[in-house]
Amino acid sequence: MSILVIAEHHEGQLAGATAHVVAAAQRIQQAGGGDIDVLVIGDGVQAVAEAAAKLEGVSKVRVADHAVYAHQLAEPTSELILALVDGYTHVLAAASTTGKNVMPRVAARQDVSQLSDIIAVDGTDTFKRPIYAGNAIATVQSQDALKVITVRSTAFEAVGEGNGASVEAVDTVVENTLSAFVGEELATGDRPELGSAKVVISGGRGMGNGENFKLLEGVADKLGAAIGASRAAVDAGFVPNDMQVGQTGKIVAPELYIAVGISGAIQHLAGMKDSKVIVAINKDDEAPIFQVADYGLVADLFEALPELESKL
Amino acid sequence: MKVLVAVKRVIDYNVKIRVKADNSDVDLTNVKMAMNPFCEIAVEEAVRLKERGIASEIVAVTVGPKAAQEQLRTALALGADRAIHIETDDKVESLAAAKLLAKVVEDEQPGLTLLGKQAIDTDNNQTGQMLAALTGQSQGTFASEIHVEDGKLRVTREIDGGLQTLELSLPAVITTDLRLNEPRYAKLPDIMKAKKKTIDSKSPSDLGVETTAQVQVLKVETPAERQGGIKVDSVDELVDKLRNEAKVIS
Repeated sequence: MSILVIAEHHEGQLAGATAHVVAAAQRIQQAGGGDIDVLVIGDGVQAVAEAAAKLEGVSKVRVADHAVYAHQLAEPTSELILALVDGYTHVLAAASTTGKNVMPRVAARQDVSQLSDIIAVDGTDTFKRPIYAGNAIATVQSQDALKVITVRSTAFEAVGEGNGASVEAVDTVVENTLSAFVGEELATGDRPELGSAKVVISGGRGMGNGENFKLLEGVADKLGAAIGASRAAVDAGFVPNDMQVGQTGKIVAPELYIAVGISGAIQHLAGMKDSKVIVAINKDDEAPIFQVADYGLVADLFEALPELESKL
Repeated sequence: MKVLVAVKRVIDYNVKIRVKADNSDVDLTNVKMAMNPFCEIAVEEAVRLKERGIASEIVAVTVGPKAAQEQLRTALALGADRAIHIETDDKVESLAAAKLLAKVVEDEQPGLTLLGKQAIDTDNNQTGQMLAALTGQSQGTFASEIHVEDGKLRVTREIDGGLQTLELSLPAVITTDLRLNEPRYAKLPDIMKAKKKTIDSKSPSDLGVETTAQVQVLKVETPAERQGGIKVDSVDELVDKLRNEAKVIS
């Protein structure tokens, strides 16, 4: 009985998240689980399979390379996993938008529950996962024969490379008449994506208006940061809601989070409190954000931001 | 086309949660409850589809305790035509919720089923996908834009790194992301009118679905508290600390 890891990949490259998911699989293996196989699903993914074979702890890489699996649409991808899942006790994927899209479909068809976004392995059937936007941690035990799991990549240290696992082709081809890929629009330019950025700078209601968010851009450019916003700034109509960091927006955990003109409502803290270093710039020295900030600067942001930009 | 929209009663997103002293769960006694924010977006989208002449009827559905009728009334005030309440005091897992909703889909035969992408209490992000799997329908998760034309559904999805557009066959299941729309507020006359709309009550056993949990919650804990740090006096000191003490900028 073995563990199956679904590889995460983008544009023909193995994504870093896969090495973190294999690390989670190793924890299950150490707790009494079996061998770790990696399944690569896509179109034109031989290079991904070769990269996956180098990951430490992997016994075997299985590759399903076919046009029907292009863009890993939920319907064919889940059907393929279902066709291959016999003999496995655990199937794991990163809690990425791909993993979240496909895995519950697999679980439901197998009539098992899914364990979402696990952050720790306590045994082959017991895991920890955040609930209420990370404001509580639940320890859960699954009674299901097959454990379908998505893994929060940042919670597990990536495994190293240097392995030489065998690579075998999977020739199962499923049909897909339900969905078709039309196109995609990937974020370009230098500004990183909010969810994966190493540095995030966010503005709140204190920014006053949408125009003033430009003040954040100068600092963001110097730091290679993504720009976020609090729900208050979104509700006030300053910026669109895809920039929202918080319980009902994106949950981020960058190396450095700079909160500017953000009071620090629970809703916002839930989305960023796992950041390594938090900086708050606010003119109200009573603002709750200062209770979680490693470094707080009580200052008018309209003076502090241009000065910060000039000194970086 | 009939549209089914599933809503969930959850703790209000502004409430600071407390874990019970015995670590069995989060304490929900005397806590403000509300409709899950992602479900509000699903209701709003259903109402907009009706305003555009695409949806002919909107049916709101929830699985939950008696009090969850409040959330159905909210959906009715926002524009749903009628509602179905699957009443249970059990903590229903995503899989069981999806099975219950699949029965409703079977009975109602909606052209489209809308759900939020996740509930802000369990944070599972599963029910919509599971419902699509159980009904054999296509799925458009984390939707930020939807268009119905010529019997097909075009959905733009929020994916890591950008947006993806898919064409789905109908009937389909859609889960909503934040960017899809701005939910409206219910007006007082609509709230009054909603009181006259029908809520059909059913139990899980009426639908032949077992809601026993397959996953046991052994313990619920408060995460490690973050300690506040220091206040600096100037931008210079801030930059110096970030560079030399925290070492997060170069």
